[in-house]
Amino acid sequence: MNTLIDSEHTVDHLEPLTGGTMPRMAPGLVAVVSVALGALALLLGVGIFGAVALAWLAYVLGLTFWTRAVEGSRKATDTLVQTLMWSAFVLAMVPLVSLIWTVVQRGAPVLTPAFLNDDMSGRALLGVGGGIYHAIMGTIMVTSIAAVIAIPIGIFTAIYLVEYGKGNRLAKVITFLVDVMTGIPSIVAGLFAIALFIVVTGDPLPRLGIGGSIALSLLMLPTVIRSVEEMLKLVPDDLREASYALGVPRWRTIVKVVLPTAVAGIVTGVTLAIARVAGETAPLLLILGTARVANWNPFSGPVQTLPVYIFQSLGQTTHFKYGPIWTDRVWGAALFLIIIVMSLNLVARIVGKAFAPKTGR
Amino acid sequence: MTTAIQEPAPQLEERARTTRVGDAVFSRTALGAALLVVALLAGVAIFLFIQGLPALDAHGEQAYGKSSVWTLVGPLLFGTVLSALLAMIIVTPLAIGLALVISHYAPRRLAKPVGYLVDLLAAVPSVVFGLWGIAVLAPRLTPFYEWLNSWFGWIPLFDGPVSGSGRTLLTASVVLALMALPIVTAILREIFAQTPTMHQEAALALGATRWEMIRLAVLPYARSGIVAALLLGLGRALGETMAVAMVLSATGAIISFDVISSANSNTIAASIANNYANAAGLKINVLIFAGLALFVLTFAVNFLGRWVATRGQVKA
Repeated sequence: MNTLIDSEHTVDHLEPLTGGTMPRMAPGLVAVVSVALGALALLLGVGIFGAVALAWLAYVLGLTFWTRAVEGSRKATDTLVQTLMWSAFVLAMVPLVSLIWTVVQRGAPVLTPAFLNDDMSGRALLGVGGGIYHAIMGTIMVTSIAAVIAIPIGIFTAIYLVEYGKGNRLAKVITFLVDVMTGIPSIVAGLFAIALFIVVTGDPLPRLGIGGSIALSLLMLPTVIRSVEEMLKLVPDDLREASYALGVPRWRTIVKVVLPTAVAGIVTGVTLAIARVAGETAPLLLILGTARVANWNPFSGPVQTLPVYIFQSLGQTTHFKYGPIWTDRVWGAALFLIIIVMSLNLVARIVGKAFAPKTGR
Repeated sequence: MTTAIQEPAPQLEERARTTRVGDAVFSRTALGAALLVVALLAGVAIFLFIQGLPALDAHGEQAYGKSSVWTLVGPLLFGTVLSALLAMIIVTPLAIGLALVISHYAPRRLAKPVGYLVDLLAAVPSVVFGLWGIAVLAPRLTPFYEWLNSWFGWIPLFDGPVSGSGRTLLTASVVLALMALPIVTAILREIFAQTPTMHQEAALALGATRWEMIRLAVLPYARSGIVAALLLGLGRALGETMAVAMVLSATGAIISFDVISSANSNTIAASIANNYANAAGLKINVLIFAGLALFVLTFAVNFLGRWVATRGQVKA
């Protein structure tokens, strides 16, 4: 009885259990003030970077201290961290936007049908004209051969890892090695290719397309294996067991049940792997050499690919007379390369989304 | 009666045999492919050794003006490690922030597009990154380097004099950081997303703010994953070639702590890319030897990273 009365008395003197809360529009308000501050600094002659930095600092400090005053220090820390996280995101996106903008802006005027259909033979080296036909064809050839080598090996390795070697020691070792292989520097793959062909052909300075393909397939393999492996693991065991119960042999189960179920994911993974190696330069520098016209024979003679063309042309951009022409060619080729790689990425995403097996029953 | 039962027997026998043969062929092919992958990795090491070891005899002109291949590779190793470490110093806070945005901060509808944008960064070919680094990034960073030099010149890294072109080791490191960022972020966001929901909800139920929840539940859970992701990113930064080869105007195989002047250390991968064109004979072996050194270094870093990652999985 006493306690009840006591508590009734004390209730009147207790603070309410709610603390102060920030108005909903607080971040927007602080942002407006900060931007105004930055604009003022810009007018006073601070550089654009200085102004942006100032505005950012004003926003972070302003919001944090306001929150501290209203909601207390714990909430203030939370706000501070959240602002920093989003800043990290914006900071990472600035280069991406700037890069794509620069390449499109400088490459778009160069990308004419003539530029795509010419090679660098004849007078193109010393003057106007010239194009990237040979480099596009070289990229297609070298990358396709690499895909033809890497995809079957990769898919069969993944099948072994998931279907046959599940959990045994060899499978564990291979999984680990594949992971480590992911980290092989691309230039080392190129050095491997040249070391291999010096030994195989006896030529002290071999230049041939197939060498580039082998270097690329070495870089593709781990990506292909990992993505196919992940996809095969997603196939429910129920499907396999149902197939076995019907008396279907194991290999037909894999070919007719497991692979078709996972095909969307496999296509996505393989396309992403192709997109990755299509933009590779370093492994091809040594083994492909320099070519000025399309070379369709992968077993002899130098081949040009787009990335290598960009890198090698860069050395010419300082030429006193033809430098600007070379600069144009470099940006045109870079834009076309980005278009190829991005479309491959897009195709991969669309395939992955459109043909994904329906989960849930 | 008995004949009727025995009638289909040969057919069954036949089918059983094709099953056995089919299974045997298929499983052998799969095993063969898997072993081929192992052989390929071993082949990389073996062929690099075969073609790299003759470089031990190289000196003078053959070793690019150095007395032996060791005095050539040593400074290059230094440059490689320095640039990669700088890149990781830039990447670490950015990647953790970015991964947390995707896994915890962004509204669910936004998280996917944000993740896709980061993946887009990974799709940009390295040679285009290099171009952008020369044309856009390097000139923009020069004023920042002057500022660094005037305020922090007492740190050996920023000793100056500041390079006029901006094509310094620090610029190369910034580009390297951008290239390692998507890989590190992709691994981190998967690990952060795996944190048990129960831990997170328990923390929130005790009144923790979102950051306190992340600090108490997510980060401790992800600790080994973060280390592994950073090591894998480091492996990537160590081996990246084109961005450094294009952005850096290197002075050759020197040891220089100064990362904003025009006298720069070079990295192994970039010096291979820059010197391949006029290489012949023993010089090729010297380049392959340098590549072998890089291979051993990145293999060790990646090995360590994967080891930490698998150990973390067992514990968790």
